Amino acid sequence: MSELEITNLKIKVAGNDIYLQRGGSGRPLIILHNDMGGSGWLQLHNRLARDFTVYLPSLPGYGKSGRPEWMRSVRDMALVQNWLIKELGIGSTNILGIGIGAWVAAEMATMCHDQFNSMALVSPVGLQPKSGEIIDQFLLSAEEYVELCFRDSSKFKEIFGPVPSDEQKEAWELNREMTVRVAWKPYMFNQSLPYLLPGVTTPTLIVSGSDDKVVPLSCSEHYREVLPNSRLEVIKDCGHYVDMEKPNELAQLLTSFF
Amino acid sequence: MHLMYFTEQPMSTYPEQEALDAGGVSALMLSNKHFNPEEGSRLYNERLEEYIYAEEMGVDGIMLNEHHNAPFCMQARVNIFAAALAAVTERVKIVLLGNPLPVNENPLQTAEEIAMVDMMSKGRLVSGFVRGGGTEQFANNTNPAYNRERFTEAHDLLIKTWTEPGPFRWEGNHYQFRVVNPWALPLQKPHPRIWIPGVASLETIIWAAEHRYPYICLNTSIEQTKQIWELYDRTAEKSGYIAGPEQRGYLIRCHVAETEEKAIKNGREFMWMQGEFTGVGHPTWFSSPGYTSAQSRKRAAEGQKLRSKTTFEDMLNMGMIIAGTPDQVVERLKKIMEETRPSILALWGNDGKVDHKDSLECIRLLGQEVMPKVREIGDRLGLLSPFELNSPVSLAASQLNNQWTASA
Repeated sequence: MSELEITNLKIKVAGNDIYLQRGGSGRPLIILHNDMGGSGWLQLHNRLARDFTVYLPSLPGYGKSGRPEWMRSVRDMALVQNWLIKELGIGSTNILGIGIGAWVAAEMATMCHDQFNSMALVSPVGLQPKSGEIIDQFLLSAEEYVELCFRDSSKFKEIFGPVPSDEQKEAWELNREMTVRVAWKPYMFNQSLPYLLPGVTTPTLIVSGSDDKVVPLSCSEHYREVLPNSRLEVIKDCGHYVDMEKPNELAQLLTSFF
Repeated sequence: MHLMYFTEQPMSTYPEQEALDAGGVSALMLSNKHFNPEEGSRLYNERLEEYIYAEEMGVDGIMLNEHHNAPFCMQARVNIFAAALAAVTERVKIVLLGNPLPVNENPLQTAEEIAMVDMMSKGRLVSGFVRGGGTEQFANNTNPAYNRERFTEAHDLLIKTWTEPGPFRWEGNHYQFRVVNPWALPLQKPHPRIWIPGVASLETIIWAAEHRYPYICLNTSIEQTKQIWELYDRTAEKSGYIAGPEQRGYLIRCHVAETEEKAIKNGREFMWMQGEFTGVGHPTWFSSPGYTSAQSRKRAAEGQKLRSKTTFEDMLNMGMIIAGTPDQVVERLKKIMEETRPSILALWGNDGKVDHKDSLECIRLLGQEVMPKVREIGDRLGLLSPFELNSPVSLAASQLNNQWTASA
């Protein structure tokens, strides 16, 4: 198999540079990363790039993307992502959001009901869980939190090393500063979203890990209830970071869905 | 010299073992089921008696502070205790170090409370401001990423409220008010003195110097203190004035007793809470994401690990804690004064489980034996306080032809 070519792009949106990676071929698929800023181009992205042109932006304030000092909400972030899609000139697209990225995708969908052909929300936050609570990551160190996002800590070590590097820890710290700026209170949900999502008829696949220690399953179930054209899949023996812990199972679900 | 008495007002019936069993947690998360209001009532009233006694014994000021969810400090609202002190004391300055501006949602309420205390105390208030430590952001659920922006905006709003006639509107970045027109204004004009305490956040030192507000170093080492004054003095010069001892304050843990043996025994209580200035807890709680830069947070976490390994003896040797007879204590203070030249000195006399009787003895010895000698040393070194110099309360005030010195 020839090696996948990944192109780095930089696009100015709302006064700040958004950095993104593009790879693969086929219909466009936007992937929005989790609340620690994603971890670059992963196994899952390689798999999806076989069938799609994958666009992997760093959300505003994450990774190399500039931090908009004015941005106070995930809804602001969603508006910037909608603008980014216009700048990319890719027209109608599929979207995959992971964790906070799923919340951003859901907000984007409420702003423009025909924005997406299909939408996949993996381990989504953004709706208040009807039972249980979303773990408060700000009471934990970045390292503790990321490890908690895996069911199996050996997988965490496989990806980040036995001890995460100083550079990695620093990147997590900078990324979670942006999460603080937009999601401190209410923590990880938008009270108006349940009233707006029923208007979104986009086919939606919701995916959760069976052993998510961070976000209760009731959060995904809530999405399933309010999104009229959605279904929920639970991946067994898997924690919050489904994309890193069970990339093959997730890729299989996604490729047959999109 | 301006010589103050301070105590953190610990909830000394807090069960240390419970906290140790819970993994050494003693701030933010130690359950308040351990808070005993009957003991709390006794302790509040003992503290009040001690402050009244401190005034009788000749201290110039009583320094108060505020923390939340913390067994090491019973003052959840600094202005409440200040109001009580305004009523029961006659002469001492009531020095708030300070109101945590960013964690209060309504800066106008803070402005009103401070104005009320200033009037009730007949102009004896010093109104310090702080950002509030990391745990305070959690306890009050205010976003740490906007802490500094909120601090400066709330400060600007307070100053305008105190110095410009209302009604006016405030449409700020973090605070908005339709009508600013409180019918409670400070007695001191243009406003009470503002002192800024801190432990070495560079931005805060620079901010204080730019405003010509005295900076109070909270139990920093002599070396750290010198570095702070270098930065302060440099910033002052850039801002167009020469800083002097009247801009320099220092807080030191300092227990005094009739015998060295007793002083050492009681001084050991400063290590209550395992020697942490802000109690023991998760490093992330003290320096939450966004509260400071990622680099500062890393340094803070490393510093915390180091502090938890420091013994009482180490602290005595480093001069971070003073405990002894009046003569011994004066010797140690003299060294600090010679090396760092503060005109505002806060002596943190009692902590932990030091009982009411020993606290009173410490206060008597501080007021009657230590402070008179410290005052002499201060005079010899030319360490004149803002009150002695009647210095301007701020750079803005100094620029108005020195019209604005805080006076009742």
